[in-house]
Amino acid sequence: MSVPFAKLPAWADYGLIPLINLVVAFAVAGLVVLLVGESPFRAAAIMVEGAFGSGRNIAYTLYYSTSFIFTGLAVAVAFHGGLFNIGGEGQAYIGGLGVALVCLAFDSILPWWLTFPLAVLGAAAIGAGWAFVPAYLQAKRGSHIVITTIMFNFIAASLMVYLLVGPLKPGNSMAPQTRNFLEGGQLPKLNWLIELFGGTVRSSPFNLSFLLALLCAFLVWVLIWRTRLGYEIRTQGHSPKAARYAGIGETRIILTTMMISGALAGMMALNPVMGDQGRLQLDFVTGAGFVGIAAALMGRSHPAGIVPAALLFGMLYQGGAELAFEMPAISRDMIVIIQGLVILFAGALENMFRPSIQTLFASVSPRAVGVAKSRGGEA
Amino acid sequence: MELLNTLIVVLDSTIRLSIPLLFACLAGLYSERAGVFDIGLEGKMLMAAFASASVAAISGSAWFGLGAGILASIFFALVHGFASITHRGNQIVSGVALNFVAAGTTVILGQAWFAQGGRTPSLGTDARFNAITLPFADAVREIPVVGSIYYELLSGHSILVYFAFFMVWATWWILFRTRFGLRLRAVGENPAAVDTAGISVAGLRYRAVICTGILCGLAGTYLALAQNAGFVKDMTAGKGYIALAALIFAKWRPVPAMFACLLFGFLDALAIRLQGTPLPLIGRVPSQVFQALPYVLTVILLAGFIGKAIPPRAGGIPYVKER
Repeated sequence: MSVPFAKLPAWADYGLIPLINLVVAFAVAGLVVLLVGESPFRAAAIMVEGAFGSGRNIAYTLYYSTSFIFTGLAVAVAFHGGLFNIGGEGQAYIGGLGVALVCLAFDSILPWWLTFPLAVLGAAAIGAGWAFVPAYLQAKRGSHIVITTIMFNFIAASLMVYLLVGPLKPGNSMAPQTRNFLEGGQLPKLNWLIELFGGTVRSSPFNLSFLLALLCAFLVWVLIWRTRLGYEIRTQGHSPKAARYAGIGETRIILTTMMISGALAGMMALNPVMGDQGRLQLDFVTGAGFVGIAAALMGRSHPAGIVPAALLFGMLYQGGAELAFEMPAISRDMIVIIQGLVILFAGALENMFRPSIQTLFASVSPRAVGVAKSRGGEA
Repeated sequence: MELLNTLIVVLDSTIRLSIPLLFACLAGLYSERAGVFDIGLEGKMLMAAFASASVAAISGSAWFGLGAGILASIFFALVHGFASITHRGNQIVSGVALNFVAAGTTVILGQAWFAQGGRTPSLGTDARFNAITLPFADAVREIPVVGSIYYELLSGHSILVYFAFFMVWATWWILFRTRFGLRLRAVGENPAAVDTAGISVAGLRYRAVICTGILCGLAGTYLALAQNAGFVKDMTAGKGYIALAALIFAKWRPVPAMFACLLFGFLDALAIRLQGTPLPLIGRVPSQVFQALPYVLTVILLAGFIGKAIPPRAGGIPYVKER
């Protein structure tokens, strides 16, 4: 879409506007808290305390953030290619299958540091494969990727239920989950990392996949801004016509972009499945695929923005759990509202405050704003 | 006779299960025909289900409940319109956001107001839309075949069921036989032409999303006040997305939309009916197959293997007036 808005200085575009949108989203969420009859300020204080109050709380916050970094990067890579991958949820869910299959096969014979790379490959391959079909249908048959990826979320959910109540369930068990992985299928915890900085963590699910997530964030930055493929992806995303004129194969770019995106989403499964629960169970994704959309929008599709955005959502998840404990009137569903409002104000309404900010800038320093120039948006 | 009875029972539940899909599907039809993609059908239905159940529980009247459901849904539709028409935001992002807001708000407010774990209080008969018996249904009940079809299948639904089928015809008439309908379709195909003719693109699109709001309100109200007796957390359970699938399956036309919704409802009814019973020849089919089938069918259709689904041309693109 072309948006005929004047250009703002970069710090305003990438810092000020997302910040204003975030503040508005939280203000509206505060109204919901008021409506419920609690004090928004006390709620906010409990949340921050719950997210950062102790070493254990920080570890939980980082554990949740890990998942959101993966899914946020997944959505962002697709955004750069002009594609909206709304199927992160399904790709992550099915990615868990890759993790589980590797762990179930090798956990008794290999140590974790050999199972881990195999599980990464398994998760990435299955996630990429699940994204390949919608990508192929978009590139070759022209079916809208948003709709097909939504459909694939539901198909993934049905498939996983089928597998977990059937073939993958040990014979003597009633619960719809695989057997527990042995030591070779469990990732080491990173609690020592927090204890290094003086926190105390007795037990938490914070694990090695956090470092993998940070590595992926760096690799995505390299891919998008420092490689030829990344340049082609961005060209395709900005202007498919220009890409075609430059001889960039549309089909190839759509397929590669979506498969990278699907692989990143699939790797999210490592965190809960191999890092925390030590088995594959129903609905372990718990909306992380959708939080990824919010994280990518807030982080402006840049890894340096996505990691803090993922941290923010990790904070909300962990702080929200504590909040539900302290204020029974506010359950964890409050997070869902905040998440929705952030997506609404940082995504769909991102341009609501832009004209007034531009007027403000123009009146303060006309040179900073420059001439009106059309700007390509993501997706 | 046995087979006929089973068939009638399955078809009867097909109708019940199709109605929320049908309302939501027709809702999506107005919006998408006008060029505003709406994946927020789910959220609007959920909001309407909650609002209608709350108001019906407090006032004791199903009709007040219906009014509240429609108003809540229209409010969400207008937010979607504000984001995607006025501020030219990404329509998919806006729909996703509103689905989340609805999913969270309904539970939080439900818990705060009724303190029943996000549910609303169970509704009595007065506060629900009850089954109505069509004239002579009791009299013809004993007639074989025709009588039982009339009594079991056609009679004994709530008024909203009959209204849903009426809306199929009404939607067709509005879209293809009125000036508003012509303009609405035009604004989804070529908004610039509509603008040139001196008609407000934004105005038309807002009217379309309001129609969407009304119909989603009916869908949600049906779920809470006719199919169930109150609101339960996440009671739409993906029906908004199945409705979206049905809309594509029907290629954005009202009468095929009805058949698509009936088909998806039938699959649902069949899955419930066949739970655990083996089929001849095939053996036991896992119920997940039936659950996934609407989505699989839609993907296959979208891929152009069963006809081609071509969306309204200006769908998803915000209109920017030339300057």
